[in-house]
Amino acid sequence: MDRSVFITGAAGEGIQTIGDIVGRCFLSHGYPVFATQEFESRIRGGNSSVRIRVSTDVRNAPREDADILLAINPRAREHYAEALHPDGLLLSSEGDGVTIPFSDLATEQGGKAIYANAVAAGALCAAVGLPFPVLEAVLTSAFAERGEAVAAANVAAAKRGFERAVAKLGDQRAEPLPERDRTYALASAHDVIPIAAAAAGCRFISAYPMSPSTGIITRFARDPELGAFAEQAEDEIAAINMVLGASAAGARAMTATSGGGFALMVEGLSLAGMIETPVVIVLAQRPGPATGLPTRTAQEDLLFAIRAGHGEFARAVLAPSDPQEAIDQTIRAFDLADRYQIPVILLTDQFLADSSFTFDRFELPDEIPPARLADPDEFEGEYARYAPSESGVSPRLAFGQGGRTVCLDSDEHTPEGHITEDLEGVRRAAVVKRREKLRRLRGEMRGPSSRRMDDAERILIGWGSTRGAIDEAVDRLREDGHKVGAIHFIDLWPLPEPPPQRDAATYWTVEGNATGQLAQLLRGEWRWRID
Amino acid sequence: MTDLKNYRSPVENQWCPGCPNFGILNAVKRALVDLDLAPHEVCLVSGIGQAAKLPHYLKANVFNGLHGRAVPAALGIHVANPQLKTLVISGDGDLYGEGGNHLLHTFRRNPDLTVVAHNNRVYALTKGQASPTTPRGEKTRLQFDGVDIDPAQMLATAIVHGCTFVARGFAGDIEGLSKILSRAIAHRGLSLVDVIQPCITWGRHSVDWYRERTVPIPDDHDPTDREGALDLAIDVQDRFPIGVLYELPAKAAFAETYRERVGDGPLYALPRVDRSILEGQLDRLTVGL
Repeated sequence: MDRSVFITGAAGEGIQTIGDIVGRCFLSHGYPVFATQEFESRIRGGNSSVRIRVSTDVRNAPREDADILLAINPRAREHYAEALHPDGLLLSSEGDGVTIPFSDLATEQGGKAIYANAVAAGALCAAVGLPFPVLEAVLTSAFAERGEAVAAANVAAAKRGFERAVAKLGDQRAEPLPERDRTYALASAHDVIPIAAAAAGCRFISAYPMSPSTGIITRFARDPELGAFAEQAEDEIAAINMVLGASAAGARAMTATSGGGFALMVEGLSLAGMIETPVVIVLAQRPGPATGLPTRTAQEDLLFAIRAGHGEFARAVLAPSDPQEAIDQTIRAFDLADRYQIPVILLTDQFLADSSFTFDRFELPDEIPPARLADPDEFEGEYARYAPSESGVSPRLAFGQGGRTVCLDSDEHTPEGHITEDLEGVRRAAVVKRREKLRRLRGEMRGPSSRRMDDAERILIGWGSTRGAIDEAVDRLREDGHKVGAIHFIDLWPLPEPPPQRDAATYWTVEGNATGQLAQLLRGEWRWRID
Repeated sequence: MTDLKNYRSPVENQWCPGCPNFGILNAVKRALVDLDLAPHEVCLVSGIGQAAKLPHYLKANVFNGLHGRAVPAALGIHVANPQLKTLVISGDGDLYGEGGNHLLHTFRRNPDLTVVAHNNRVYALTKGQASPTTPRGEKTRLQFDGVDIDPAQMLATAIVHGCTFVARGFAGDIEGLSKILSRAIAHRGLSLVDVIQPCITWGRHSVDWYRERTVPIPDDHDPTDREGALDLAIDVQDRFPIGVLYELPAKAAFAETYRERVGDGPLYALPRVDRSILEGQLDRLTVGL
């Protein structure tokens, strides 16, 4: 079973609420879902949709077509009509298809207009074969905080929608969906990144609200249990500099932004590289350039993230492809940042931020490496923050730690951290030191994962959030007899040593940008042939 | 007991001989000693410029960051370790120009920080362009026809935004300046000290010219009187009231709520959040449990 349900309407009409409720109904009944959100950059009006894919097996990839289209208003019906299969089911407030007057049913019997969402959820559940008690339980739990009366009113409205749909659908109603004894967890990458960061000991976040990254700082601010201080900065330049200050004082610190905000942070990125202070930056991509499409998804900032910042310094760029990986890579990001004293960029995107993935459960890794401040007692005499070191990494103390003074400088600096213009001696050694860090960091990086590669003649290369879709495409092509395989990158910079290419296979990159950024990267760094 | 000797630094000084910055350096050291602060308890944060080199010239923790970005860095340092006495020491171009937005919003935050601005009315390190406080009409190395806009009024802006300690000092009066700095540093909340610092290389006027035009703020000035403070603040460019213009009792401290939860120590000393709490949060993502 693999069904695609589109819930469509205008911003402000509760599309996300309906989607959330119905998604939970499927999950609690034992069926995994994958839900994406599509919305415009506005508060009211326009067209937005929540697209739920429900299936027997976990399929964390979107479908572009709908088997069932729910349209809360007539404009949504028109806008999304093309996505609906010719023999698909249309549930709408008026006009074509099966009409359910959501608002009218909401206000019947003294209900409020806002219960139209519950009515719609009821109608949808009926249409997909979910039993009403499941919806009742989900609604009761969802509205528990608002009191019994509100929960009951929503349930009553949902029931009216459910019954009207049953009556109107007749045979068109799907077969009852049997309950399965499975439990699943549902989350987006941005739901879990803050939890992972807290697990890694993050105590400070400063960020500027910018779609699609805002959810990360919001979560920290809303939830004191995560233990971090969250400050909304006056701009992204302040954010990155606050985070670097906090990190220099010994706290694990992070920020989150999108492309345009990252652009403002770039001098700060260079600062992190120069003062060798760890920082984790979540770069949640959206289409650019400039303001671009604030609420849409893209993979256009890969090369930007890898190259940003004047001068030369080490950084790592990681691109998780689902929420569990986001947990693991967030924890790894803090560890890499700390051990190499570098900025680490976690590349996500609107798709990862706003889509809900189903997993059996979400887990923290067994081992979470500790923070890496040096022991102040191990230094005889004055402490030099940038003491020469074979690995390029000098033991790091926080300001005042153990009664020591620590000096950091954005200018080229001596091992003690003071300004210098000694080119032959100090500068040369500093450049080599910073370069050595990059060389060693390369040894930590993991190559791409591979799938169905044994006899593959055509190889699809992806990175980050596209993995689910690419894997599904490979499976479908294989079913049709094509010998297709996939390799997928999470670690994007630095790249480890290249594996050998197959002369006889063709290689294509599949990525959300127009200029083939991963292709450029692999051609340049690995001298790979990308066809 | 701390001594001036504790603050000695071996770093070679790059200021022009006779620069009034030396006066500010001395005043800072004296204030820190007066408050019995040891070097490792102090963190000096600066941006870029001649003024911003000051932190290297005494022994303390130093964050010499990007041009204009000392204030946000200091905020981060302060929240991460409030046991440090964190001071921002930088020039007027750095603090009022490149970094003006950060200062503006930090007046609103009122963190327990001290900001010391070397106000020399010029961009000295880059050889003589106008700064935000250069008087209208003054010819510079970039404004060849004379500056054609009015100078920024940062002290007045600070007062209007409720900055709880606003003072003006003079680099030529080390004794007086060190007293102002001691008060500023001891003040709980944000302190802004604008220090008239004649530039002997690019400036239009000598140190004496400035000295003749400094006047002490009258003893009967009530530092809680906002209107009176604003009058003293608005820079008339050739008369410099010196002293504490504005001082309000401590308001709610920045990050107070957070500190009530985690205590006053450095964040790096806190144990990690209990793993079981976070695992519980991840468990709650499971539907239907």
